[in-house]
Amino acid sequence: MLIQAIAFWALAGTAVLSALFVVIARNPVRSVMWLILAFFSSAGLFVLLGAEFLAMLLVVVYVGAVAVLFLFVVMMLDVDFVEMKQGFLSYLPLGGLIGVILAAEMVLVGMAWRVEDVAERVGVSATPEGVSNVEALGALLYDDYAYYFQASGLILLVAMIGAIVLTLRHRTHVKRQQAHVQIGRDRKTAVEMRDVKSGEGIGE
Amino acid sequence: MMDIGLSHYLGVGALLFTIGVFGIFVNRKNVIILLMSVELLLLAVNINLVAFSSFLGDLAGQVFAMFVLTVAAAEAAIGLAILVVYFRNRGNIAVEDVNMMKG
Repeated sequence: MLIQAIAFWALAGTAVLSALFVVIARNPVRSVMWLILAFFSSAGLFVLLGAEFLAMLLVVVYVGAVAVLFLFVVMMLDVDFVEMKQGFLSYLPLGGLIGVILAAEMVLVGMAWRVEDVAERVGVSATPEGVSNVEALGALLYDDYAYYFQASGLILLVAMIGAIVLTLRHRTHVKRQQAHVQIGRDRKTAVEMRDVKSGEGIGE
Repeated sequence: MMDIGLSHYLGVGALLFTIGVFGIFVNRKNVIILLMSVELLLLAVNINLVAFSSFLGDLAGQVFAMFVLTVAAAEAAIGLAILVVYFRNRGNIAVEDVNMMKG
């Protein structure tokens, strides 16, 4: 129990602090690094909660794909990072005020809130006993939530097509391979027969 | 302090959500940080879902956290693609200047 508490406080503190540094870091590359740290410590929190599969998913999908995508875009765009932070101080009072109000609201809600006893009984899909988290989640996902699973796959497909359509561009003056032209060549267009006279070579 | 309950995890989620909203308000010149703040918001929601799922013994929360993760990944991909196109057209990524489409 003690180790669990220590792990919780360490992971929670790391997650919150690194999230704060994501927002206030000067260099976006460092922001991405702090974001990765926040995801890692949240994955640790998920492990503490017993959601091992989601923890691994967080590491693989967020750190492995999304954060790397962010890093890639940050490094690809050639922008002046110093100029970017200039409005920071002027927006700080408003942002801080709204943050404090939001936090106070959540604290107020959190204090006047408790789990009703019936909440245990209205659960839609209870955690099965003696089965690992991955197995239980898989059984649930491919059974009760199969249509939602398909829909999320469709969302990813649409997102992929959208991203490709948005960023694809055909530049002029760039030579591209044209497979149909290559394959469609025949002997008449590919080979030219010439009668070369001795000692003169081909002109041109 | 030593007994970690549901409200501790909800507190972490609330703090992360607040930081995300704060980041959206503060970083007006950098759309990349805005997108990262949105990712933080979604992470906070995921922590809430998983915490409730774990403490109520109901796996549906984890399934929905997975769907949130899917949507977050799609949103990041589309958002960054739009950002790249915007940068190609304008040469900067300040969200303050996004008024090209106003009628």
